[in-house]
Amino acid sequence: MSPVDALIRRHRLRAIELLPWVIAVAAYFAFADYLSLGSQILIMILFALSLDLVLGYAGIVTLGHSAFFGVGAYAAGIYAARVSGEPLSGLLVGAIAAAAVGWASGLVILRTQGLALLMLTLAVTALLAEAANKASFITGGADGLQGVDIDPIFGIFRFDLFGRTAYRYCLAVLFLAWLFARRLVYSPFGRSLVGIRENATRMHAVGSPVRRRLIAVYTISASLAGIAGALLAQTTQFVGLTVLGFQRSGEVVIMLVFGGIGRLYGAFVGASLYMIAQDQLAKLDPAFWYFWIGLLLVLLVMFARGGVLGLIDRLLRR
Amino acid sequence: MTPALETVGLHKRFGALIVANDIHFRLEAGARHALIGPNGAGKTTFINLITGRLPPSAGRIMLGGEDITALPQAARVRRGLGRTFQINTLFRGLSVLENVCLAVGEHAGIGGDMLRSIGSHRAVLEHAHSLLERLRIADHALTPVRELPYGNQRLVEIAIALGLQPTVLLLDEPAAGVPAAESAIILDVIEQLPRDIAVLIIEHDMELVFRFARRITVLVQGSVLVEGTPAEIAADARVREVYLGERQHG
Repeated sequence: MSPVDALIRRHRLRAIELLPWVIAVAAYFAFADYLSLGSQILIMILFALSLDLVLGYAGIVTLGHSAFFGVGAYAAGIYAARVSGEPLSGLLVGAIAAAAVGWASGLVILRTQGLALLMLTLAVTALLAEAANKASFITGGADGLQGVDIDPIFGIFRFDLFGRTAYRYCLAVLFLAWLFARRLVYSPFGRSLVGIRENATRMHAVGSPVRRRLIAVYTISASLAGIAGALLAQTTQFVGLTVLGFQRSGEVVIMLVFGGIGRLYGAFVGASLYMIAQDQLAKLDPAFWYFWIGLLLVLLVMFARGGVLGLIDRLLRR
Repeated sequence: MTPALETVGLHKRFGALIVANDIHFRLEAGARHALIGPNGAGKTTFINLITGRLPPSAGRIMLGGEDITALPQAARVRRGLGRTFQINTLFRGLSVLENVCLAVGEHAGIGGDMLRSIGSHRAVLEHAHSLLERLRIADHALTPVRELPYGNQRLVEIAIALGLQPTVLLLDEPAAGVPAAESAIILDVIEQLPRDIAVLIIEHDMELVFRFARRITVLVQGSVLVEGTPAEIAADARVREVYLGERQHG
């Protein structure tokens, strides 16, 4: 086989890539009592997946990704409370609002790199969180946004008390987002992002419009994060200020590092493990569970760079 | 005939330090031209001015008769200006083939395509692979660059530049740091570059320079000291003084 064919084949869909979906469907039947946790996990996977595009693929360091999650959540929540409870158009509103904020902030902050960029991503999130707090006439401020009522999906599937519809809805949206993200990272555009991450100087020297590419992926990633936030708003029928918090930004980075960055599936592994560990550890000791998360993170970063997936990779190669 | 590349009164200063002083330089179409000079003469600065990594303080840069002084790097590359780096500037975690594909893809204008896989751009991949064959590194096509011997990494530098199908190619010390046993391969590759590409090479290795170049420009302290054929340069007393002085000290 020629190297060209071998390279093309690397990007073909492999059977193992369907495993997350098999598990997600099986979990729906096996853990009927845990579906609301399940929905939360699916939402965080989508959020982590959006982060992977910028952090893992394009190498944009950010600790402010909750800005877009929060804007999506508020946009979809306010849309539902004030305009219409129709869910799909609500997702679209969340995506567009987050993309607009991503594009506008990217235009400004992607001129910088490294620590300066990290600070600016934090600053954007802080600005938005404070704005949401201040604009309580529309966001509900510190009390949170009330009156988010969501209509049945397609006018048929009603959101039920057991979270069945919510789970299926989140799963369907995540699946579509995954299809899109997978296509994106194996496209020439996605490859050029990896090139920028590996060596931006060289990308300039091969004539690539580096900043335009970074702004493009930042916008796309923001819209996916916005959809994740919109899903949270719709499935919990509530939006609070924590959607814009530093904690959420930090947590999603931890999840991605857990799973493995720049691997597309790190988001799936990391978010699931983190959320399940959080749920179980908090049951054992509600105050102390973060200690174990911290310890796990230290061990992973010290001894298993590339996260859980990196670890599995190395074990398989032996 | 319009030169492939020309600088007119090119000037660059960092504060009080003048690193390029009124450089008038012509690179003819299809030229084999070498730029030499002692360390710190401003050779790499000159390259960075031409490619747009640094803005000049004064003067103009013409590529094929077009003024490119105000254009950003990427626009100059699209107009046919390719370069290699003195210090390897590669995508170290990616395979050799992917390294060259990124260049070929940008040149083909597909770098922004988000919706099709790279497999559907087979011509780009095949072209990149043919370059690897030409430089005899096709055996390593799927090897990550960081695992290649240094000499082969230098060849990937050249392959990436060729992937841009340049009319002007700037080679910044292509054999720098390569062990003697491997440098012969690099020399061969440079000698076999297509005739229609105008090549400007910066090099310390005088054997390579005199074997390859048909014209030589000597740069000293940011200024052109002298330009001529290899025979003229070899016979020039001032050049000898600069170089012999340099050799004795260092």
